[in-house]
Formats: sequence, structure tokens, C-alpha cells
Amino acid sequence: MSRGEDGEQADDGPQDPDSKKLAPIERKPRLLLMGLKRYAKITGVRYLVEANEDKCRSGKSSISNVVFRKMPPQDTLFLPTTTAILKESMHTFMDFQVWDLPGQIDYLDPNFDPDSIFGGVGAMVWVLDAVDNYMEPIGRLTETILHLQDSYPFIKFTVFIHKIDSIADDSREDVIRDIMQRITDDLYDAGLENPPINYYGTSIYDHSIFEGFSRVMQGLVPQLPIFENLLNTIKDRCHFEKLYLYDVYSKVYIASDTTPIAGSAYELGSDFIDLIVDLSEVHGWHRGNTQDSKMKAQQIYIEECGFEADFTQPVDPEVQLAESQVINFKGHHLYLREINV
Amino acid sequence: MATLNKMEKKKVLLMGKSGSGKSSMRNIIFSNYRAKDVRRLGATIDVEHSNIKFLGNLTLNLWDCGGQDAFTGTYLTTQKSHVFSNVGVLIYVFDVESRSFDRDLATYTSITNALAEFSPSADVFALVHKIDLVNPEFRVKVVANREAAIQEASGPFAKSLKVFGTSIWDQSLYKAWGSIVNSLIPNLDVMERYLWGLMGETKAEEITLFEKATFLAVMKVTSEIGKKNPYPDRDEKMSNIIKTFKASLAKFTGDTAGPDFCEKFCISAPKFALIIEELTKNTYVMVVLPPGEAEANCARLNIGIARKRFASMDVLSGQEHDEGQDEGSGGN
Repeated sequence: MSRGEDGEQADDGPQDPDSKKLAPIERKPRLLLMGLKRYAKITGVRYLVEANEDKCRSGKSSISNVVFRKMPPQDTLFLPTTTAILKESMHTFMDFQVWDLPGQIDYLDPNFDPDSIFGGVGAMVWVLDAVDNYMEPIGRLTETILHLQDSYPFIKFTVFIHKIDSIADDSREDVIRDIMQRITDDLYDAGLENPPINYYGTSIYDHSIFEGFSRVMQGLVPQLPIFENLLNTIKDRCHFEKLYLYDVYSKVYIASDTTPIAGSAYELGSDFIDLIVDLSEVHGWHRGNTQDSKMKAQQIYIEECGFEADFTQPVDPEVQLAESQVINFKGHHLYLREINV
Repeated sequence: MATLNKMEKKKVLLMGKSGSGKSSMRNIIFSNYRAKDVRRLGATIDVEHSNIKFLGNLTLNLWDCGGQDAFTGTYLTTQKSHVFSNVGVLIYVFDVESRSFDRDLATYTSITNALAEFSPSADVFALVHKIDLVNPEFRVKVVANREAAIQEASGPFAKSLKVFGTSIWDQSLYKAWGSIVNSLIPNLDVMERYLWGLMGETKAEEITLFEKATFLAVMKVTSEIGKKNPYPDRDEKMSNIIKTFKASLAKFTGDTAGPDFCEKFCISAPKFALIIEELTKNTYVMVVLPPGEAEANCARLNIGIARKRFASMDVLSGQEHDEGQDEGSGGN
């Protein structure tokens, strides 16, 4: 394990088995999950150790477990607090890493080697707890952004206003707007106009977290315009209403055609993928006589069309890609096709 | 004519301490609520009656009994004969987080005693609910502990009692309710013969019949290959999976979730093929097949043929004995 550049925090942390293979892809695009240990400055390290259970949690670890490990949201209650940098590497059609930074590290400490963390970062996601007092985290966030703007101008910032589900529907917009306004004002006062920040209200209990991540990820995909063009072409030729390119493993969508539609077809699509994956788990056990092709991270086209279409195109038996359709629910149809394994 | 008696209204009592989750589970199973929707439910006052048509000819007369002590008192005194007579099934819900489990048990004992007096032949199911609040490692142990205590308190029903650990957040709820509903359905044997007929005509590994509105598994036949499936709890998994997806479809179309799922749903995956189709007015059939387009198409045709046969059973359950012999013979 040659991970000298990571600093000591990484070494004693809980690692998933994959991380041994990390070394060659250290330079892959990196997605940072950051948030705040609420009382870090006031009470010091000792307090951290004792009280970390409740105070530390803006929800970063829960997010990465739900999105990248398919953990059911309700089980995140039992997650331990992050104490070291957690690195997840994703091998989908694009290799990248997700780093979950513990809330209590002081990134701005001069002794801290910023390059080991922030060098090579493509996107940073800052997780703000919407129900907590967000003044201090906003202070830290603007501090961090200003600090990083000088040295790493290419980092794309995204703020997840998290746990938004605990706020009543009516006031969600207000909370989000309030936070946006405060951050924008703070940065403006510090001399940064039009900061490159996106905001999403998220919750691990619905699709907002996946949609938020989709947008962040799309920012890291250099080929995005090409994908969009391809999807547009297919959509036009086949008269589909809407077409998405999903990553099955994380349910993040890598691209979609560019037609705006009413309602959230993304949500339906990811539920559809859930359905297929769940069914495959229950019924796709190893029969012994059929060839063993493993269901793993794969990309799928999912399409939704307003009419009956002919999908009887012959499938090469050697390739054996999954496909599925839902026919006629209130006049809609849903079609899903695996395009590579 | 035991079957005819069974076709009458089945009285199902749903009881338990206030706040234990009775109305929540009722709404999830029978009214297509999603688990997170139940937050908006308030406390049940007195008894909420609902008639649920199940499989067409079976009507469940569900009594959702408010669990506050004042109500429980009246059930056991003034309304005793009214509440406890002609009961088919008693479902008693225990809150796993309850701080006074002994008191719950005492109430439960007096209720089973009253039931023994008026409906001695009833089935009793005890659900240890909200099991999701227990750390996964300890769940089995906790349920086993509670089961022993509940069994002791069940009096005359101790032998037939069934205990389930349930949570509205996973399939455990469907497991419990599937088993409850199965204890109520008449002429299961006839249905089973039909399904075997259909199985013979297709190369299916497994055929399962689901009730339409609840998507609870009613009946299942499994071939030798299908028996090797490593998931014994796949029926309730399917109920959970499909109901969740049904809610997503309803959310997308903007309608309130009705009983309909869709006309047809199929997957062809590298290792299996699966078809879910509307079979009769009240049922969906799920056919699990080995992979391959030919098998899947053949199964679809046979489902179409079998549909007529099953439809006759939905409406009248007296006639099917004469017809049961030649089902599926039109296949291929």
C-alpha cells in the first residue's frame, strides 16, 4: 500500500477490502464529502471522542452508504461516526473515488497538508444539516471555499442541504433560499462574486440524494454532451418520451436526453432499477446448468414511451443482457435494457 | 359444506396497545400506503370497521380496535359479546419498544380469555411490531424471548398461536399477513391443482398467485428446480418489492394508488425470466422461468388460456370441482 500522500489520518481508519487496490487510481477524479462536527472548536478532542455519537452527524456517512453501498436508509441509524477519511472507489463506466472526510478534522490547520486531500479533487460536496443550526457550518463552508478558491480553482462546489425531509413541505424552499442567500452574501463580502456553487435539498429517505449526486457526477463526466446527443438521437428515432442512462449500481444517472418533461421520471426509473435488482437477487440464484454471468455494475438504458412499441429485436444469446418492460400502467410503458456489463 | 361456511364474512380483530402500529399496518397492507405515509395517521378512536374484499368471494370484516385503555376496558366488559363473537382471527400487536411489556401481556391474557369464551375456534396471531428499532443482530433473540412470554400468556390458544416479528419497513409485515390471510382462504386445494396444471404446460420453476390489492401471496407451486431457490422468504419479498414499485408507478402517474399494478410485467435476465400478469379480476400470477425467449412466450400463451379457468373460480366456488380435471389441456 503506497499511500504516502494521504497523510496519517487515512492509515488507521476502517477500510473496505477494495481499498488495497486503490494505489493506481489515486489520481482518478475525486469526490469529497464534507460536513461539520458541530462543537469541534469549542470543546476539543476529548469531547469529540465521548460525544461523537449524536453531535457529529450531519449525515455524510449515511449518504455515502445509501448511495454507494445500497444500504437501506433506516439502517444508517446504526452507523458509527466517521473518525478517519473513508475512501470508496467506484468502478462504473468511469472510475472515481469518493472520500468521506470526518467532521472533526480541521482542514485549515496550517500543519495539515492540503494537497493530499484537495489535490485532484473534481467536486466537493458539503453536507449541511437543514434542521440543525446552520450558521456555524456556513461560516466554515465559506472559509473553506475561499481557502480553496486560490489553490484549487477547478473544484466544483455543491451544497447538499440535507435532512430536508424533516422540514415541512411548505418551508423547504424558504430554508434552501435562506441558506443560499447567506452563503452568497458571505462570499460576496469576502470579495467572491458568482461563486461556482450548486445547491440541492436532499434526504436519504427519497430520491433527492440520488438526484443530487447525479448532478454532481455529471459535472465530472467529460463526455456528457456526447452522451446527451446520442440519447437525443435514440429518443427522436423511437419516439420515446424520456430516456435516461443509468449506472445500475449507484442509481446515479449519467446522462439523459435533454427534453424537459413534467414529473419526475428519474425517480420512476430508479425505482424500476431497484425492482429489477431486487427481483434478480431473489430469483437470479445460480441454477448450475446456465452459464454464470455475474450481475454487476452495469449501465442500462431506461426509456419511457407513451405508446406500444415493438421490442422484438433478436438478442444475441451469447451476450445475454437483461431487459424488462412494464406494459400499460395507465397508458404508460416502461422499458429497460442493459447495454453493457 | 365446510367450505361454504368459510365463505361467509370473516371477522378479523386487530388489537394491541395504543400506538403499537395497528392502523399503520392495516393501511399499508390494505390501502396501499407507503411505509412513510403512515406518519399522518392519528390514533384510532373506538373501533374502525372495514370490509375488505379479498379474492372476490372472501370478505374480511376487519375490526381495527383503538388500543387506549378506556376502549380496551369496554371491549372486555359491556361490548364483550359484541366484539368477541364469531371471530375468525385475532391479531394482537405488541410494540417491541413497549416499556411495560408485563402490562401488555396482562391485557393480552384477558383478551384471549374473552375470545376463548365466545369464539374458541379462532386463530390467534401475535405480532411483535416495530422490530426495525432493534439492532439487526439481536432481532431473532428478542422475538424468541417475546414469543415465549406471549405463548405463556395465551391460555387456551397457546398451541395454535403464531408469533411474528414485523416491521413496516421491510417484508416481515407481508410474511405475517400472508400467513394470516392464508388461514382464511377456502378451497386452496382446488387452486393448487389449477396451478400445477399450468406448471405442467410451461417449464416454470415456480408459479405464485398473488391477491391483487394487497399483493399477498395466496398460493404457490414450486418445481424441483424451483425448490433450490436459496430464499425461503421470497413470497413476502415479492409482495414488498412489487408494492413498493406500485407506489412509484402511482406517484408518477399522479393517481392515488389503486389496486392495479399494470397489465403485464416481464424481465428476461441472464439467469431467469419472470412474468407477472393479471390473471383474474382479483389476482396476479407470477411465473418464474428458466431464461429464454421461447419459454417465456409459451408461458404467456398458457397464462392466457388458464385465465378463463381461474375466472370461473373467482365468482363461484362451488362449480370448479367438475372442471378441475382438464385445466391447461389447451396449451400449445
